[in-house]
Amino acid sequence: MFIVLLQIESNLGLRLINTLILIVEQLGKLVYNLQTITKGMAMRVNRCKGTRDLSPEEMMRFRFIEEAFRDCCLKWGYEEVKTPTLEYLHLFTSTGTLTPSMLGKVYSFLDWDGWSGERVVLRPDGTIPVARLYIDSMADKGLAKLFYVTNIFIFEQTGKETRERWQGGAELIGASSPLADVELVILALEVLKKVGLEGVELKLSHVGLIRGLLLELGLSPEEQAKIFAQILDGNVEVLAGIKPGKPELDEALSLLLDLKGKSAGFLRNFKVLFTQNLPELEPPVDNFITIVDLLEALGYNYQIDLTSGRGFEYYTGLIFQFFIGEEKIGGGGRYDALIPLMGGRNVPASGFALYLDPLMSLVKPAALTEPLAQRVLIKAEPEAIEQGFNIASYLREAGYVAEFKLEAQEPANLRWILDVRSKAPLFVLTDQVSQKRFEVQATSEVLRLLGEEDADKDSLA
Amino acid sequence: MLIKIALPKGRLLAETAALLQKAGWGLSGYQEKARLYRLKSTRFPNLVAKVFHEKDIPIQVAIGNYDLGICGLDWIEELLIKYPSSALVKVKDLGYAKGALYMVVSRLGGMSTEEEVRAKEGVVRIASEYPNLAESFALNLRLRQFSIFPLWGGAEVYPPENAELVLIPGRIGEESFDYDLMPITKVLSFGAFLIANKNSWETKEMSEVLASIEDDLPVSKGQPSLAEVAGASEIVGRHFSTQAAEDVVRLALPDGHQQLPTLRLLNKASIQISDYPSLKGNRRPTSNLDGVMIKVIRPQDMPLQVANGNFDMAITGKDWLLDHLYRFPPSPIVELLDLKFGKVKIVAVLSKDLSVSDVYSLRRLSAERHQPLRVASEYVNIADKYARDNHLGMYRVVPTWGASEAFLPEDADLLIENTQTGRTLTRHNLKIIDTLFESTACLIGNANSVSSSSKSERIKSITETLRMAAEGV
Repeated sequence: MFIVLLQIESNLGLRLINTLILIVEQLGKLVYNLQTITKGMAMRVNRCKGTRDLSPEEMMRFRFIEEAFRDCCLKWGYEEVKTPTLEYLHLFTSTGTLTPSMLGKVYSFLDWDGWSGERVVLRPDGTIPVARLYIDSMADKGLAKLFYVTNIFIFEQTGKETRERWQGGAELIGASSPLADVELVILALEVLKKVGLEGVELKLSHVGLIRGLLLELGLSPEEQAKIFAQILDGNVEVLAGIKPGKPELDEALSLLLDLKGKSAGFLRNFKVLFTQNLPELEPPVDNFITIVDLLEALGYNYQIDLTSGRGFEYYTGLIFQFFIGEEKIGGGGRYDALIPLMGGRNVPASGFALYLDPLMSLVKPAALTEPLAQRVLIKAEPEAIEQGFNIASYLREAGYVAEFKLEAQEPANLRWILDVRSKAPLFVLTDQVSQKRFEVQATSEVLRLLGEEDADKDSLA
Repeated sequence: MLIKIALPKGRLLAETAALLQKAGWGLSGYQEKARLYRLKSTRFPNLVAKVFHEKDIPIQVAIGNYDLGICGLDWIEELLIKYPSSALVKVKDLGYAKGALYMVVSRLGGMSTEEEVRAKEGVVRIASEYPNLAESFALNLRLRQFSIFPLWGGAEVYPPENAELVLIPGRIGEESFDYDLMPITKVLSFGAFLIANKNSWETKEMSEVLASIEDDLPVSKGQPSLAEVAGASEIVGRHFSTQAAEDVVRLALPDGHQQLPTLRLLNKASIQISDYPSLKGNRRPTSNLDGVMIKVIRPQDMPLQVANGNFDMAITGKDWLLDHLYRFPPSPIVELLDLKFGKVKIVAVLSKDLSVSDVYSLRRLSAERHQPLRVASEYVNIADKYARDNHLGMYRVVPTWGASEAFLPEDADLLIENTQTGRTLTRHNLKIIDTLFESTACLIGNANSVSSSSKSERIKSITETLRMAAEGV
């Protein structure tokens, strides 16, 4: 039953194609009149549960964020990569770095090649595939600064939230210093600033510190792993339920978990109080303090909240997350153990991802609010079609959007209409904004006029 | 309002029948070998019952074909672990047919704890009739590399040669199993359960029917019904050394109704085989073939097992070979020999009440109706390909576990089924509208084994012997 139901899932694409083939065949054979078929289609073609379409307007928002993200990453010296949508499930289980709850939400199935039982997944995470790519083909480079814009797939039960999510991520592989973590935090904040977001909150936590505490609690490695997984799955209460044997630990726990710090002082206080009794906590606390000091010196605000986690066990050091109000719009952290766990060399790494889906609804790209000054609608007389095509191609070369009037309905939101005629005047240019009308004879004249009138010409959105 | 209930055959039948008799339902014909699938209650005229393979019941109830169902908790959890949002309500533990699912290893396999399994190098193979529960176990144990082999049955014979772990049912507290198997952990305790469709539960008045069951709980009497799965007599069988020589050829022979014709063929080929078919269910017969290990497994499971190199050769049916190849075209499996016996036709079947008489009209019908066409079959991949190739529009394959003819017309629209004479189909008011292909028994081999230097000689010689026997030379 297992294989079967999954296979039905994986055959959805084929089903859709079948439906289309069926419709095409029916048209060919004229078995049905068009009305029946369109009626049938309306019944049949649904969006898959838990998926979303991106409308032209949403794509404008999407590209706006993507371009800001790409631009910032390129300027910080990062290089763009893409990894396949399909990966082996084994890639994600073998590292032991996704929690069982996370793995339970992975889209895994047997593909046509799956006779060996080797399952494939729709990429559930952006970082692990990039780490695989690094091990596959870039390990000799040592330092690699990579970024990507990609979709990830996570099964969300109700289907109300989207199961295909877009993110822009950057991975800094081969650098272990606190400066590297700080670079990533600042890069992410720069992107968020570039897309015009205000009120971004930065929350910091440190896995080294959490792990250190769990170690001190005297739990067995299994219990530690279990509790750590639960914390990262968002169940913070699990820590409160543990009664540590040492009273100083109890205090340390409640001081660290219940309070939210806003300065390095918070960590220094903690260090003075506890690292004498709990020396294992000293290195992570020091690392955390160095990072926080750097951010503070650079003028960034943050909140220290150790209880923020998110289903990935691969983090080993700093974890940072970005919020606008309650909405999480991105996050990342240091994952020094991941690449060696995957069979690569002992290479440290850290990275982050920004979530495009919440960001799309938060940004206001200029293209959406300003009129499209550079759009020209060409109305060519039947005898002047050739001239119409000619001038359209000149206009496009000059950076305008030139489109033909095809149907009675005129495209909205454009400024210029250009009538192309077979007799003089050969061109009539109308400015819809100022209601001015120009009669001209040559292509060069049209271009000149557009340039002059379009003083407030903005770059194409 | 009509209330529909799905009732189990097999291991739960006797006790469920007793329970419902005590509840005064007055179902006639709910007994072993009754060949009756649709039952009426004399006490509740608005109640209709249908008998299913137990595995089908959670699915049938979840998709809303039935309001209520009775089946083992093991099959309910097998569905829910993978599809937690299934529309199922677990109504009541009925208190009988108690058992447990154990993750089991062979005492000869060198692993006896979860820790040792986790520490194993390379792939851990887990074979089970419960692939979803097995996968969940593997993920929770955080196994790094594992393969799940879904099986139709006979899991207990796989370790240690063909799987490291198997997930199988046993009695509660059972410490040893046939074939020197032992549990490393209990995965689930189960018993017979009453379940309801979520929507029916929320909207339908079923209290009278439910109350009748409530009042008449049978006295719990231990574990009689699991005798057949756990095996009353200890079967040890013959183990090959786990470090079996590389040139040992692993041959799979079918259980079930193909055993007698297979035995006839082996006899004709002068291959002596002991305890096959086995009266006590021994799945490890011995033979006079030198360097050949024989296990008896389900023919349905053979193509996947041979493709994976767990077996080098197997006697199965072309139907199951094709079902496998339609799903996994690049599978490294070769048909070595047509054995000519066990001839059946694989056919497309509709209810006689439907005016449609061929697949082209069925296509038209499917395009006109606003519901998906439900295609029931044991051969899910053959059924899927048939529906695809014939452009049956929006269809859904309903997997079944036998007695598929009972699905039409209320629980499926089209059936892909095998038939020898067509008589069973006629008796169920069904008609054949298309023949997909003819299937006979065949000898299949793993492509790598067939060309391997250590095994090819032996495989060739067995194939030749069987060829002469099959051709009657």
